[in-house]
Amino acid sequence: MEHYNMSLTLKVWRQKNNKEQGKFETYSVKDISSEMSFLEMFDVLNEQLIAEQKEPIAFDHDCREGICGMCSMVINGRPHGPWHHTTTCQLHMREYKNGDTIVVEPFRADAFPVIKDLAVDRTAFDRIIQAGGYVSVNTGNAVDANSIPIEKHSADEAFASAACIGCGACVAACPNASAMLFTSAKVSHLAMLPQGAPERKTRVVDMVEQMDKEGFGGCTNIGACEAECPKGISLENIARLNREYMGAMLDGGSQNAV
Amino acid sequence: MTLNSKTPEGPLGSKWEDYKSKCRLVNPANKRHLEVIVVGTGLAGASAAASLGEMGYKVKAFCFQDSPRRAHSIAAQGGINAAKNYQNDGDSTYRLFYDTIKGGDYRAREGNVHRLAEVSANIIDQCVAQGVPFAREYGGLLSNRSFGGVQVQRTFYAAGQTGQQLLIGAYQALERQVALGNVKEYTRHEMLEVVKIDGKARGIIARNLVTGELERHFGHAVLLCTGGYGNVFYLSTNAMGSNVTAAWKAHKNGAYFGNPCYTQIHPTCIPVSGDHQSKLTLMSESLRNDGRIWVPKKQNDSRKANDIPEEERDYYLERRYPAFGNLVPRDVASRAAKERCDAGYGVGASKQAVYLDYASAIERYGNSEANKLGLDNAGADKIKELGKEVVKAKYGNLFEMYEKITGENPYEVPMRIYPAVHYTMGGLWVDYELMTTVPGLYALGEANFSDHGANRLGASALMQGLADGYFVIPYTLGNYLADEIRTKSIVTDHEAFVQAENEVRGRIEKLMSIKGKQSVESFHKRLGKIMWNKCGMARNAEGLKEAVQEIQALRKEFWEDVFIPGDAMEFNPELDKAGRVADFLELGELMCLDALNRNESCGGHFREEYQTEEGEALRQDDQYMYVAAWEYKGDSSFELHKEDLNYDVVKPTQRSYK
Repeated sequence: MEHYNMSLTLKVWRQKNNKEQGKFETYSVKDISSEMSFLEMFDVLNEQLIAEQKEPIAFDHDCREGICGMCSMVINGRPHGPWHHTTTCQLHMREYKNGDTIVVEPFRADAFPVIKDLAVDRTAFDRIIQAGGYVSVNTGNAVDANSIPIEKHSADEAFASAACIGCGACVAACPNASAMLFTSAKVSHLAMLPQGAPERKTRVVDMVEQMDKEGFGGCTNIGACEAECPKGISLENIARLNREYMGAMLDGGSQNAV
Repeated sequence: MTLNSKTPEGPLGSKWEDYKSKCRLVNPANKRHLEVIVVGTGLAGASAAASLGEMGYKVKAFCFQDSPRRAHSIAAQGGINAAKNYQNDGDSTYRLFYDTIKGGDYRAREGNVHRLAEVSANIIDQCVAQGVPFAREYGGLLSNRSFGGVQVQRTFYAAGQTGQQLLIGAYQALERQVALGNVKEYTRHEMLEVVKIDGKARGIIARNLVTGELERHFGHAVLLCTGGYGNVFYLSTNAMGSNVTAAWKAHKNGAYFGNPCYTQIHPTCIPVSGDHQSKLTLMSESLRNDGRIWVPKKQNDSRKANDIPEEERDYYLERRYPAFGNLVPRDVASRAAKERCDAGYGVGASKQAVYLDYASAIERYGNSEANKLGLDNAGADKIKELGKEVVKAKYGNLFEMYEKITGENPYEVPMRIYPAVHYTMGGLWVDYELMTTVPGLYALGEANFSDHGANRLGASALMQGLADGYFVIPYTLGNYLADEIRTKSIVTDHEAFVQAENEVRGRIEKLMSIKGKQSVESFHKRLGKIMWNKCGMARNAEGLKEAVQEIQALRKEFWEDVFIPGDAMEFNPELDKAGRVADFLELGELMCLDALNRNESCGGHFREEYQTEEGEALRQDDQYMYVAAWEYKGDSSFELHKEDLNYDVVKPTQRSYK
């Protein structure tokens, strides 16, 4: 692959905190290598701002290998940018050419208030998990791991749902800012395993209730979440959540479902 | 102070059982009044916080990320070891213990390692019960694979995302305790000081990273589960935020630092592509199961990999180590790659890389698939196609990641790899109960020094993190807290809290007031270069002495000329980073001093002056069979304490993987 350098114009959302209004600022960067990751390009921009004794752009990031779910950013209108099944940190600059303009915004949703610039508060996701996204088993109570064989197909499906990194791109992509893909991935992961079965009815009802309480919108089957999900979490999870939910409600909802 | 490891007496195999049956317990009513602070929410921290919450303690869990689920344990790819012997290939608790001791080049404590091997099987049971979706066979039972330094298949895995799945399991257990009110969670908080009262750890000062406010938190005990310090090298496979700050503050407050120079350089990482590089990405060790590592037989060969004929390739690991081949331990594989590159056989633009080739694996799997399908006359293309499918199912996500980063297709051209800093075996010195030299202050997981000696085997970090959190600390902490049931919660306007907070505030104000010209990042990069060049894969006395001088000068320059924009009382990632780099600038010096003190080569610590004629690590057991535990005495001043290692069961020999 040919390496090349480029100059770019960046329009980036700047917002001091969640009380003040934000606005776009325009920056130019030079000598960006096609080998850099998108966040390394941001490092260059921030070093440039610091050299000018200006405030760098705040953005969330940590592992930079596409697994921790901490990075976010909406890049030219798409959460995590243009590459399929790719987080922002794994997007590389060979996607762009000299002279391009790139617009960068935070993930936007009522339930994800902006902390500063491109960093948002996603603790609502933790609270959805707290509502039931677990198996109630204390340490030390487990039976031998091979005492319950699990059909390979179910285990693989459970794994595919469990691959969710909790980044919130699904919420940012959805016109309703719905958290259905995230919630359904966890409901599915646990519903497909025998270990998750005893609590499956209360789990789905409680998690959906928490999701609503957090201010996420409803799902209207648009599918943008699946299209933008960096881990390829499928819409089938939402169908499964709906089935689980229906079953639980027919059984009397959370209270009677024990 | 003499170091007492508190390893229980008695035969190796019954030490832990004996300990468990004799340690003191805390009754449920008293547990409700005992508060425990857990810093860090990776595998060790999340599993400890969840388990202690379940037991009835009042737990506070802190992490600097926006959610406990982001901790860097999540990035572990390959797997987790456990002595289950599900494959009937001769594995046992003893063998896992032995492999770990040998892999660590006889620099770990026998008692700790045997306990680790004993609880390993429980970890797998616990994780499966939580719904961790490990890979399974068609019969519905768990699947295993092999890893470096080992001749059995004992590694459990979930594709290339084992760390993620284990951490999500622990995170979910933790969130359950949060929902039940047993654990209170503090995200985007960073611990900046340990508070000691009458010599015991009694709490922490934490900074709320969103508002910048300093907070005082009391605990009857404090657990540091804050991971390793590989980012002292700037470039490493660690997450950008991984840091030594919590452990370093503890060190400066009385906790000894064990074997700081033991660093693991992982052999299979994607090479550096330029000065802009912010971190390095690991390609799982599991790739060495099927991939073959080679360089051209000719120096400075500029041909493309696929143009180099088979007979002109040097599969140097298979050549040097026929018994283990590509599956030698990490330190051995890394040094062998460096040796070839230094000798002029490196590949790629930088010449600092070797090939990891899947062509023969693709062919082997393709043939096997063709055979299953009854395709006797399958052509080469068909075999390749079938083989690629198998490789994709096993390693697809890793291959995709490689392609995203390098723009090259690893199914068609061999991957280029080079060693990178990955893990630190050193860490806070702890006794058998995981307590540091400060009473009531514990260190778990990568943050402690205890189980891996001078080199960690693949798939053992996840095992140790979860062993410490799920199965060790629930017992050992009770043994300490049983004496604390009469200690009332201390109000945080106690003078010790006030003083600790003032010190933290002073340090932050000092950093903010420098208003120099150079960025935090630029200092971090310079430190990283010194560490990598002089305290990296190969070290020598002269280089280490230079490094100490250079680090001292760099630290001075940092405190005179660093520029931190913004304000301390707001969300300010540059300030967070500045505090961490300031601590790395002190730790780096101690690592060099430790490396200089250890006049031998062992595991990941390779002193050029001490090698065999064949270039293998040469230990000096008569002089260095000890844990180097360093006590902080003030600026650039550390005192060495030695904990002798006694091998009652295993006879140390020169490691051989030939």
